[in-house]
Amino acid sequence: MSTHPTGAARLAARFAACKAQNEAAFVAYIMGGDPDVKTAQKLLDGLPGAGVDVIELGLPFTDPMADGPAIQAAALRALKAGVRTKNVLAMAAKFRKKDQQTPLIVMGYYNPIHHMGCDAFTKACIEAGVDGAIIVDLPPEEDAPLRAAFDEAGLALIRLATPTTDDQRLPTVVAGTSGFVYYVSVAGITGALVPEADPVARAVTRIRAASGLPVAVGFGVRTSEKAAQIARVADGVVVGSAIVDAMAQKGVEEALNLTQRLSGAVHHARSESTS
Amino acid sequence: MSTQTQQDIWPDARGRFGEFGGRFVAETLMPLILELESAWDEARNDPEFAAQMDAYMRDYVGRPSALYHAERLSEEFGGAKIWLKRDELNHTGSHKINNCLGQVLLAKRMGKTRIIAETGAGQHGVATATLAARFGLPCVVFMGATDIERQQPNVFRMKLLGAEVVPVTSGTGTLKDAMNEALRDWVTHVDETFYVIGTVAGPHPYPHMVRTFQSVIGREARAQILEREGRLPDACVACIGGGSNAMGLFHAFVPDKNVRLIGVEAAGKGIETGQHAASLKGGAPGVLHGNRTYLLQDEDGQIIDAHSISAGLDYPGIGPEHAHLHDIGRAEYVSATDKEALEMFQLCTKLEGIIPALEPAHALARVADLAAELGKDGLIIMNMCGRGDKDVFAVAGHLGVKI
Repeated sequence: MSTHPTGAARLAARFAACKAQNEAAFVAYIMGGDPDVKTAQKLLDGLPGAGVDVIELGLPFTDPMADGPAIQAAALRALKAGVRTKNVLAMAAKFRKKDQQTPLIVMGYYNPIHHMGCDAFTKACIEAGVDGAIIVDLPPEEDAPLRAAFDEAGLALIRLATPTTDDQRLPTVVAGTSGFVYYVSVAGITGALVPEADPVARAVTRIRAASGLPVAVGFGVRTSEKAAQIARVADGVVVGSAIVDAMAQKGVEEALNLTQRLSGAVHHARSESTS
Repeated sequence: MSTQTQQDIWPDARGRFGEFGGRFVAETLMPLILELESAWDEARNDPEFAAQMDAYMRDYVGRPSALYHAERLSEEFGGAKIWLKRDELNHTGSHKINNCLGQVLLAKRMGKTRIIAETGAGQHGVATATLAARFGLPCVVFMGATDIERQQPNVFRMKLLGAEVVPVTSGTGTLKDAMNEALRDWVTHVDETFYVIGTVAGPHPYPHMVRTFQSVIGREARAQILEREGRLPDACVACIGGGSNAMGLFHAFVPDKNVRLIGVEAAGKGIETGQHAASLKGGAPGVLHGNRTYLLQDEDGQIIDAHSISAGLDYPGIGPEHAHLHDIGRAEYVSATDKEALEMFQLCTKLEGIIPALEPAHALARVADLAAELGKDGLIIMNMCGRGDKDVFAVAGHLGVKI
């Protein structure tokens, strides 16, 4: 029914559109089902209107080893409310019925997917209109089963590059990846340290050259000012913990207001820096 | 230290024990894991490293540990002859120091300047803090807030040894959460930090490395029983949380097909109650803390909290090599409840004058059945992997005694 591209192609189309306007893409992370499915759905559905180009929808997991306190707490809130992987995918499906243009990827840990089975998870993603996934604890050495299923389905399995990814390792990280590359701007957990623009710029250039893909930068970007700095040097800026915190402390409306401010800062960063 | 033996057919180059093991870590840690693997490969083939290990094992740890004929327990159980491998006599009171020594020496060799560790019962934390003190390295130990509560003496020991003990309140405040927090610390301090993992789990090369350092237990026991009895035992028995003391005992006996290898998991309040720590009996394959193994998990793959009276067994997973030995049928896995462990704790103390840790007290419960099953001609080696001094307060509490 839809003439819109899906999967990795929907991601590529959005990054291309942003590039055509000389803007960085604004990527927002929220935790699926936090604090409950109904409230989280309201936030999710409001993201495109708040200027979000790409949505990362978190899959809650009991043991989020790469996450800082904000996202750990969000996952526990969702789990406590009884939210499971299938409920988050149902949120995505509901979103997709209303919006066929905004790319949506899920982000989480491998065990729930392993438990469901890579093929079943891939099928569930397609049915829900999910375009790709970032699986934090699934490095290239271990991702063959999921990658095979995703490739066949045209979904993007997005890899992470980090400050510890040296020139020797980078080719392994970018081989066979699609959609975009997520650059983890600091060695640490989500939302803890603040990245510096200069080393990030160098890393983005290096990863873009090695992958031929857009590079989105995340971990530790919390303010409009920092988001704008990163937007000048990267193809996309990811904000997670700050939005998750706003949601937890002030609710949907304030979280969307913050998102609007952040997306504005990202989208206007380059025109402001040259004017 | 002989590190290359005939039975080292696993792990493979990808760190797999059959279907289990591997390297499931965040990308930030991958280069560190690969660096560790190459440093480990180099060290284990270096005779100088082996000589250094041997010297400290002898003079600092106090190895070899004795193999002791537990006559009164044998008599009580009315069957097979029971030999206890006395790893509770090691410096710091458990088998944990065998592994910590190896890893801290490796950390020094790699030029790392900061040590971190997770701990459950506190035995691994104490052993790590001890070696960190000995080699002058700052040490941070992550420990669940719940465990800190029930293992106060070990917390104080670690502090005396100069370690910083960080209470972990995330999740349920037990061993798995301490491990999450240690991983979060490692990912934040990548350059200078060496993460000393306490059991045969975690991403490759940890399961291989820890097994290698602990395999001294089985090598000694095998030679000792041959000397004393002129034959191999019918069975080797050990308790299992993550499984390092069991793997240490089993490894040398894996090729001896007639020696039964029996691991005893913690059944907590009973496997049927759901409140237990028996990953093999009550879990399913999954991925956590860097490796694929059996895990306690729900229908969505969310990790379920383990329960055991023993903080050292209170972990929802098990080392990947045990998962493999289980699946190929080379080792048998059974379980013992909190109640059985408490009974054996008292029995062993009364009959042998040995206060066992609550962890090996679990193993004793199944040794009792096995001794009867094997009869008078049977021979059993059980790893007495830790002493019970640390548990005296907790046991008093369970028995309703105020100290």
